[in-house]
Formats: sequence, C-alpha cells, structure tokens
Amino acid sequence: MNHLNGLSDTAQIVKRNVKRNFRIPQLLIFSSIQPIVFLLLFNFVFGGAVKTGEPKYIDFLLPGILAQTALFGAIQTGVGLAEDLSKGVIDRLRSLPIARSAVLVGRTFADTIRNIFVIALMCIVGVLLGFRFHEGIPKFLLALVLVLFFAYSFSWVSGNIGLLLKDSETVQVAGFLWVFPLVFASSVFVPVETMPHWLQIFARNQPVTQVVNAVRYLTQGNIINGGAYVWHTLVWALGIFLVFAPLAVWKYKRTV
Amino acid sequence: MTSKKTSDNAIEVTKVSKHFGSVKALHDVDLTASRGKVTGLLGPNGAGKSTLIRVMTTLLEPTSGKVFVDGVDVLKQPAKARQHIGLAGQFAAVDDFLTGRETLYMIARLYHMPRSRAKARTNELLDKLGLTEVADRQTKTYSGGMRRRLDLGASLVATPSVLFLDEPTTGLDPRTRLQMWDIIRDLVKQGVTILLTTQYLEEADALADYMYVIDQGKMIAQGTAEQLKRSLGQDVIELKVADAQVSRAKQTLAKHLKRDVEVDEATRRLRLRTKNGSDDLLAAVSTLKDAHIKAEEISVHRPSLDDVFLAITGKKHEEEA
Repeated sequence: MNHLNGLSDTAQIVKRNVKRNFRIPQLLIFSSIQPIVFLLLFNFVFGGAVKTGEPKYIDFLLPGILAQTALFGAIQTGVGLAEDLSKGVIDRLRSLPIARSAVLVGRTFADTIRNIFVIALMCIVGVLLGFRFHEGIPKFLLALVLVLFFAYSFSWVSGNIGLLLKDSETVQVAGFLWVFPLVFASSVFVPVETMPHWLQIFARNQPVTQVVNAVRYLTQGNIINGGAYVWHTLVWALGIFLVFAPLAVWKYKRTV
Repeated sequence: MTSKKTSDNAIEVTKVSKHFGSVKALHDVDLTASRGKVTGLLGPNGAGKSTLIRVMTTLLEPTSGKVFVDGVDVLKQPAKARQHIGLAGQFAAVDDFLTGRETLYMIARLYHMPRSRAKARTNELLDKLGLTEVADRQTKTYSGGMRRRLDLGASLVATPSVLFLDEPTTGLDPRTRLQMWDIIRDLVKQGVTILLTTQYLEEADALADYMYVIDQGKMIAQGTAEQLKRSLGQDVIELKVADAQVSRAKQTLAKHLKRDVEVDEATRRLRLRTKNGSDDLLAAVSTLKDAHIKAEEISVHRPSLDDVFLAITGKKHEEEA
C-alpha cells in the first residue's frame, strides 16, 4: 500500500512538472530551439574546418549534440528545484504526507519526458541535415536509451546543485560552469586527438566522451572496439545515479 | 501558562529554541492553542513568526524543545502530524502554470484520495472559496486575492484539524482581506483550530481569541485582546455634563472614585484614566446620579492593539539599548 502511494505521489509530481515544462513557453523554446541553433551553427560554421575522418560532419556532430542536449537539459532539473524552493512550492509539498523521494523522482522523470521530446526533435533536424543511422534502427534506439539514461543520472547531479544553491539564477549560471568543460573538453565537437596532451587525458576518460563515442558506434559503426564505450557509459551513468540520487534525497530531507 | 498535556490544546509548544549558527531565531518559546479557537501570533518582521510556524508544521527541526499538534509529537512522528496539519504560507505557493482545479486535484491525490473523491473535494473547495468560475484558468491570470484563496483551499483539501495561516492577508486590499476574514471565521465555525500569524493588529483583534506577541525570537506577551489592552492600563472614560455642573461633577467623581479627573478645556468634557473601564464607568454613572448630575454623553475608549504592541515591543527595545 505504501509503495503504491509512493508511485501515485510520484505520478502526480511527474504530471505537475510535465505541465510546467510544456506550459511555460520559454522553457520549451529554450530547451528545444537552443540545441537546434547549436546543431545548425556547428554544422555549417565548423563543418568545413573540422577534420573528423568521416565523409559528413553531421554524422560526427549529431551524437555529440545529443549528449550536449542531455547535459543542458540536466541543468534545468536543478533550476526548477531551486525555483520551487524559493516560491514555497516545496514547503507545501513537504507539509503533505507524501513519499520523501516523490518530489525529486517526479522532477527527474518529468525532465526525462522533456528530453525524449527534445532529442526526438534533434534527430529529425539531424536527418534533415544529412545524418544517417548506418547501423540500423535497433542500435539507434539503444543509442537514444543510453543518452536518456545518461541525461537522467546527470539530472540528479543538477538536483543536488539546485538544493544546495536554492536560487534559480545562480543554479543556471553554476550549471554552465560545470557543464561547459564537460561538453567542450570531450569528443562532442572535435576529435580529441587535436587537443593538448594533458587535456586529452581528461577528454578521453570523462563520461561525456564515453556516451558520445557509444552513440557514434551505435549509429555509424566506424569506431574500433566501440562496444566498450557502451559499457563505459552504462557504468558512468549508473555510478553517478547511485551516488547523487541518495545524496539529493538526503539533502532534500534536510533542506530548510 | 502551564504546558500540561490536555485534549483541550490543539497545539502545545514547550521551550522551543532554534539557532541558526549564532543567531537565536527562537529562544525558549512556549505556546498553546486551544482547540477550535483562533490563536494569533503577532510580531514585527523577522521576529520569528515564520520560523515558529515552520517548526510547528514539521518543515524545520528545532534545536531544542517539544511540539505537539493534535496530540501528535511533531518531532518524533512528523509524517503522522502532517495528516492533521494544513499550511497556507505567506507567498501563496500555487503554481502559476496550473489551473485552480488542477492545483486542488493534485493535492487531493497527494493526500491519497481516490480519483472520484479527489474530484468531488476539488469542486467542493472551488465552490466554497468562490473560485468555480475561474477554476479552469491558469493561476497566473488570478488576482492576488484569488491566489490566496486557492492557497488556502490547498491547505484545506484534507480537512485538517489544525490550520496554520502564515500572514494570510499580507498585501491584500481591504475588501479582499475582509473576504478572507469571513472564510477564516467560517472555518472556525466548523471546528477547525487556527494558528494565524499577522503583522496587522486589527486582524488579530478581529479574529484571534487569544494571542501571543513575539519579538526577537522571544515571547514577550500573551493574552486575549482585552487583557493585552488592559495590561496597558489606559482606558479613558469621557463624560459630558451641563456646563454649569462641570466643576461640581469633577469634585464628586474625584472624591468617590478616588481618581484624578481632568477637564478638557476645549470640549468641557470630563476625563478619567482607569485600569478597569467598565467597572469604573458604572461607578461614575451611579455617583453622578446620586449627586443629581445628568450625564449627557458617556463613552469609554480602549487603547488599540497597535498602542499595546508599540508599548511592549518599544519597551523591550529600550531596555536593550
């Protein structure tokens, strides 16, 4: 019975947050237009200059942009939580006899639903720009699941930041601080071989490169030993989730 | 005040302190609220009103002390206490992207009401709070008063036995404030215990049966509005008699009531300062009657709660200065 209540609590919070994500126009616009702008800019501005060893830059770029979209989307988890905190919504929810994890699980689930929407949109735009999944539909779908799981675990990182900083604007700015190095010092836009040696060490081993390479492997098939990236991504995402989800719930219980 | 546990008290706060680092937001605070009554918690901004509300509603753990709400130990069984509590905060925490109906329905479902019951309760509350017509509009289109009413509605979903209202009318226009007062009085009639914080003494005077005054984290006074006003000892009785009888009336009253009697030069009215307005008023009337002096007008002026409030908070600040 308690578990059923917990599920129903979470479902209510998911519903509320999905409405928030889709009814506030600027949220939807920023979360969908922004990555499209990035995709277009990088494709047409850098596409000619970046040597990726592949015939079309878009085939290289789209997996990267999907990972970037996942991380930018994750920032919004913390921003939304901080906003709810400062508006007193969390106080109201905490004064209700609901499962303690419902608010956080509900928020991260709702953000995943938004991610599905945004990532689907990115793929459509990508295909229009010439992106092709050369490895077939099942592997492509597996790639999308990987990206979504990756985004989900980073939502929990962001949730911690939201609960810690409690001010939505600060969380937004802080979000770029931790997300930009992860996105740019990776294989998202350029092959890591062109980076200075010390940066390559970071770029090769950090989680964003794993997911990007895994998606490239699953859609392009041209990466040697690409299956390892799939496993690395799963281990990273699971590890991050297992550390940051309990931490966020713990912090939520103690947040004033 | 003793803090003996009796079923007459819906809220019992005993020696509660809350320290944030070196800041003592609450210091050894005691408070009891009688069942089915309105208890007012008054104090200036930053006095500790909201902190105390957060402690009583399970949102904040105190550094020390005990809190019982409806007989439930709030610190030991917060989840159980939440079943008895309704909270409407000062910010009207309603989501502006949800409609009024969605807001109430969501909360009803979060109280684990089945769908049909949640739907019925939503309609009931919308009707009760006069929000039926705007029920399907997103609350960002609502006026301040509508938002407050919806927020209050959200706190009423589970028919709580104890309702905490943190500055329920702050920022509302006078007409909307009166509407809120009516709604609050209605709730009291239904037997809900209410703890209300306010900065408006007029509001406490109008609604609260008993009140506490908090300042700088300490309880500095408590009592009914009458008691608080009387504690100031400044009731004034004013009498008007025929001009020719003013001096004789003054002498007679001073002699029998053993009080200083002043004559206001401009209006030729007699004024007595008294600790007990109504008793002295009767005495004054019968004294004049015995002396065959006809009182043309008689009135008693009570100090307003604002006078009381300024007197007690002002006194304390002076002591500390």
